[in-house]
Amino acid sequence: MIPTTSSALYLDGISVSFDGFKALNNLSLELALGELRAVIGPNGAGKSTMMDVITGKTRPDTGTALFLGQHDLTRLDEARIANLGIGRKFQKPSVIETLTVWENLELALAGNRAPWEAIFRIMCSRDQSNIRAVAERVGLTDTLAKLGGDLSHGQKQWLEIGMLLLQEPEVLLVDEPAAGMTDAETMKTAELLKGLAGEHTLMVVEHDMEFVEALDCKVTVLHEGRVLAEGSLSHVSSNSEVIDVYLGR
Amino acid sequence: MLLIFLRKLILSSIAALLMYVFIANVVLPESFGLALDSYTLTIIGKYLCFAMLAVALDLVWGYCGILSLGHTAFFALGGYAMGMYLMRQIGDRGTYGDSELPDFMVFLNWDELPWFWFGFDQFWFAVLMVFLVPGILAFVFGWFAFRSRVSGVYLSIITQALTYALMLAFFRNEMGFGGNNGLTDFKDILGYSVSSPDVRVALMLLSGCGLIGCLLLCMQLMKTKFGRVLIAIRDSESRIRFLGYRVEYYKLLVFVISAMIAGFAGALYVPQVGIINPGEFSPLASIEVVVWVALGGRGSLVGAALGAIAVNAAKTFFTGFYPEAWLFFLGAIFVISTLYLPKGILGAIVDLGAKYQSTRSTSLKESCS
Repeated sequence: MIPTTSSALYLDGISVSFDGFKALNNLSLELALGELRAVIGPNGAGKSTMMDVITGKTRPDTGTALFLGQHDLTRLDEARIANLGIGRKFQKPSVIETLTVWENLELALAGNRAPWEAIFRIMCSRDQSNIRAVAERVGLTDTLAKLGGDLSHGQKQWLEIGMLLLQEPEVLLVDEPAAGMTDAETMKTAELLKGLAGEHTLMVVEHDMEFVEALDCKVTVLHEGRVLAEGSLSHVSSNSEVIDVYLGR
Repeated sequence: MLLIFLRKLILSSIAALLMYVFIANVVLPESFGLALDSYTLTIIGKYLCFAMLAVALDLVWGYCGILSLGHTAFFALGGYAMGMYLMRQIGDRGTYGDSELPDFMVFLNWDELPWFWFGFDQFWFAVLMVFLVPGILAFVFGWFAFRSRVSGVYLSIITQALTYALMLAFFRNEMGFGGNNGLTDFKDILGYSVSSPDVRVALMLLSGCGLIGCLLLCMQLMKTKFGRVLIAIRDSESRIRFLGYRVEYYKLLVFVISAMIAGFAGALYVPQVGIINPGEFSPLASIEVVVWVALGGRGSLVGAALGAIAVNAAKTFFTGFYPEAWLFFLGAIFVISTLYLPKGILGAIVDLGAKYQSTRSTSLKESCS
């Protein structure tokens, strides 16, 4: 039976195990439409596995995963889920290194993904201005002709965020966006993501506590594959269990 | 920049060669003595067909990372389709004089033509099959392989198995493709004798135009977004999946296009060499194609054509003078190109050019400051 929900993302009782290791253990999580949510947790807490389940890379052993209350994410593959409107930025910047920034953005641009379209469709001026606008927004206007592989680490992060924006997804899963960025860049990223909330639903995984603080949103703490605590940052950081496993290190 | 120049250079050299043959062999009277003889024409025509096969492999390997070790299977199937047409054209001029059945079927005491030989007396039907048979095989094979996400070395192994299986099947007399002798003793093509000098010239010119056509088509294709998606698949397959692209559809389409080009090359090859037998399916032949592409420079299309022509010219030379040394030489080419020319001849020239340009620009800067 599919539960009725109006959440953007609804995870209930998700368990995933790899060779006996429980990466996710009865994880339940709900994101309302337009919400910005930060997810923190020590290494191995299951953050990436959770994103793998949502994006169709990993099939859960048990549990329910729904998108917009109607799409069963445990049955769809990566491409289908991406086209439904879930975009993902990876932890390790994974831009296409042999293509230019412009070409990377072009690939991400929302639209029909069929091979036929890719051969015969000519980019219209609206698409081009769209790409320019996003490049401007993530500060890559001067590097459009550079190869993805020649960018600095921070620039790659920005490019990935730009690619994510061009996909125009309903839900954005953002894995460690601030890694490798300077303090000023980190703050700029936080501002950008905050500005996207409302229009999009965002789940941001991050280690950098300053960054999470700057996001100023509800925080979910994961530990050993399940939700340990949930609430405002000040609320979870006063939780003694959270202090034990994570913050108090 | 240099790559674009080299592309144009190679394309225009092929075009110039075709022009020369056209003028010397067709336009000018024989008394001028500039005409190439049939033997040379056939050899060049053969190289051009091999170059087309190399371009087909480069399309999937160089741009999409699909290392097919069975591409001669498509080449041979295209060749067999053309060979079947040529067999039907022999008519009653065979050794046994049967107007319906090719010699080998009479020899096997068959009473009638097997169903899959019907239609091959028509040229248009044979041409259709030249593209359809390799295309459909590639489609079915690719459908299962790419959907199950078989890739890398595992895919290479099953392509190798595919061509090996076809070779064994075609060796069997009961298959109805002439067993280990294959199809040969061709007489006519479209009513003209296959061995006549005019037909030789026509076939060679057609092979050259086919090669240029395939190169232009593939280069154009790679300029579109489709080409960029293929490169993205080669370099980061999972990333492109998360962007919402169905990687298997892209792989399937490029694999089918590549197989059809290979089939076309095979069809032009067979009337020029005058025989097609199961040896063309041999896994070794497919690996040789990989060597051509690797040596020429994969991912550049013209590099693949260049590699195919260079290696085969070397093969003609070596097997003429030192037949027993050829395989050692081929092995050495592969080792050397892997160790010292990872991007092939074309890539090495481009890199050298870039190096020269950067040292010149730094020395310019130094002299200015």
